Amino acid sequence: LIYCYRKPKTKRAKRFLEKREPKLNENTKNAMLIKGGNANLTVTAVLKDIYAVKKPFAVLYKRKNITRPFEDQTSLEFFSKKSDCSLFLFGSHNKKRPNNLIIGRMFDYHVLDMIELGVEKFVSLKDIKNSKCPEGTKPMLIFAGDVFDVNEEYRRLKSLLIDFFRGPTVPSIRLAGLEYVLHFTAVDGKIYMRSYKVLLKKSGCKIPRIELEEMGPSLDLVMRRTHLASDDLYKLSLKQPKGLKPKKKKNISHDVFGTTYGRIHMQKQDLSKLQTRKMKGLKKRPAEKSAEDDGTTPKKSKSA
Amino acid sequence: MAAVRVEEVLAAAEEQEAEKRRSITVEKELELEYDLGNLLAVDPNPPPAAALRGAGPRREALLRALARDNTQLLVSRLWELPAERAGGAGGPLVAQLPEPTFRLPREKPPPKPRPPTRWEQVARLKGIRRKKKTSLVPAGADPEEDQFARLRREKRERVARNELNRLRNLARAHRAGSAVPAAPLHPTGHQDRDELRRVARVARVSTASLGRFQPRLPKESAEPPSRSGGKKRRFEPLLGNLAAERSRQLELLRDMGSKKPVLDITRAVNKQLRQEEAEAAAANKGKKQSKRGKRGRRQQRPGRSGKKSGGRRQPQQQKPAGGGAGG
Repeated sequence: LIYCYRKPKTKRAKRFLEKREPKLNENTKNAMLIKGGNANLTVTAVLKDIYAVKKPFAVLYKRKNITRPFEDQTSLEFFSKKSDCSLFLFGSHNKKRPNNLIIGRMFDYHVLDMIELGVEKFVSLKDIKNSKCPEGTKPMLIFAGDVFDVNEEYRRLKSLLIDFFRGPTVPSIRLAGLEYVLHFTAVDGKIYMRSYKVLLKKSGCKIPRIELEEMGPSLDLVMRRTHLASDDLYKLSLKQPKGLKPKKKKNISHDVFGTTYGRIHMQKQDLSKLQTRKMKGLKKRPAEKSAEDDGTTPKKSKSA
Repeated sequence: MAAVRVEEVLAAAEEQEAEKRRSITVEKELELEYDLGNLLAVDPNPPPAAALRGAGPRREALLRALARDNTQLLVSRLWELPAERAGGAGGPLVAQLPEPTFRLPREKPPPKPRPPTRWEQVARLKGIRRKKKTSLVPAGADPEEDQFARLRREKRERVARNELNRLRNLARAHRAGSAVPAAPLHPTGHQDRDELRRVARVARVSTASLGRFQPRLPKESAEPPSRSGGKKRRFEPLLGNLAAERSRQLELLRDMGSKKPVLDITRAVNKQLRQEEAEAAAANKGKKQSKRGKRGRRQQRPGRSGKKSGGRRQPQQQKPAGGGAGG
């Protein structure tokens, strides 16, 4: 709202602009799903399924847009600015790159990372006749494979996929509502994405036993071209503002074992003015008393 | 006997426990990395590449088993989080998620602090800080007192005090001798004659025709006030008083024709001496201030032609209208 060239004249417009301006704690990232000039049925079905998974934080564009993201990013940036989406999934198809998906994200309405994936096999939500989980469930994400740590491109892909499918950040979650899991396996140059519905079975102890049922879209992907952001731009985008750091409480420290220590600052005590009458611990115990009494003669002598 | 049976029972119980736990334990070579805030788990174990090569249901089954194991581990971790029953005893079990640890890039750059407004800049320069508004009822106030009446009374007092101070400031500024009246045209009882005259003149001239058609006050002078206030040189109109012009011209000729010098030396010298004495007295008074310029000028004065006798100085510019000499 600070850098508004046109000041909003209604409250609604002001709210709209406030939603889009940079904030300390950001909104959940929205994704735009775009069809290229020559998208085929497979790619369209993929986009539709991903839209179903990512609802309501996604927009599915119905019309075909004739652009080539790897050559010219202005059209994508324009869409991103208009719909306030920082994630995108662009589907296209041609002879050289069949069933092509370009997954990417934006920083400040400019393209940050883009990775081109080819869909080799696709099983849609409709094809699997099982019960589905409700819309908007926060999925559990699992990445299997050492490639995701070793290879730089795979690492960015992992980060991109987490960003894409993460959903809103919540402080607490209903344990019975953990129904959806997306599992990515990277093996042999291929990435297998599978979605399962989680069934929690009794196990006798507190933690339930997990049974999985294949549910949603399953994709076999292969990595094609990439357009990754330069290191410093990536670092810049990772930078978190200082306000987000948790405030350090003074006089509280933690040690390695998890014990919390606190410091209390006392004023100097005048020990001569200490109330010792009220301190039970300082009272003489009967054993001590009898030891003292033996020395002095009591008024009444107790007969044994 | 009893001891053996007790041992048996304990062993059986332990086996049962182990059985139950087996259903949820998963053996993995390398531990998974968890980010519970994002519901994320990363398995660094390399998956069995050979087994997954062949397409078909076998691969699906393998993938599913792998997924099941990983999900089991993740769910176990999630179930270990501190949980409570939301919404009373019968509500759902809700776990407190920690902050997400996996660093993801931001959507937009962090917001820049807005630049300070003009007031904020001035306040910072002057060191003005926001005064915290004291509560409506100050501590230790009389409970019987009417607070609203007190506020009204205090405001009236403040306004009156400010007004008095303002008028005092004006009077001080005016007394210091400002040319422009500080509060023009406000009749107070303490204005002197000159100020009133000045004010009256200003009031008269503040009409659309600049006071030309204003009726005069009973004791005001009849002539129209000179626009320059009598400071600059005034020239008489060319064709005005013919008789005066004629007499003036004749007088000029007479003086030019007469043999007697126009200047009366004695009178001039006396006048000059008197003037010098007066200036010396004034100079002695203001001795501390430098009067060098005046003394210097004073010495030069006898050099110049002395004042002419009589009163009026002839206007130097006026030349006789027609050649004038001769008869």
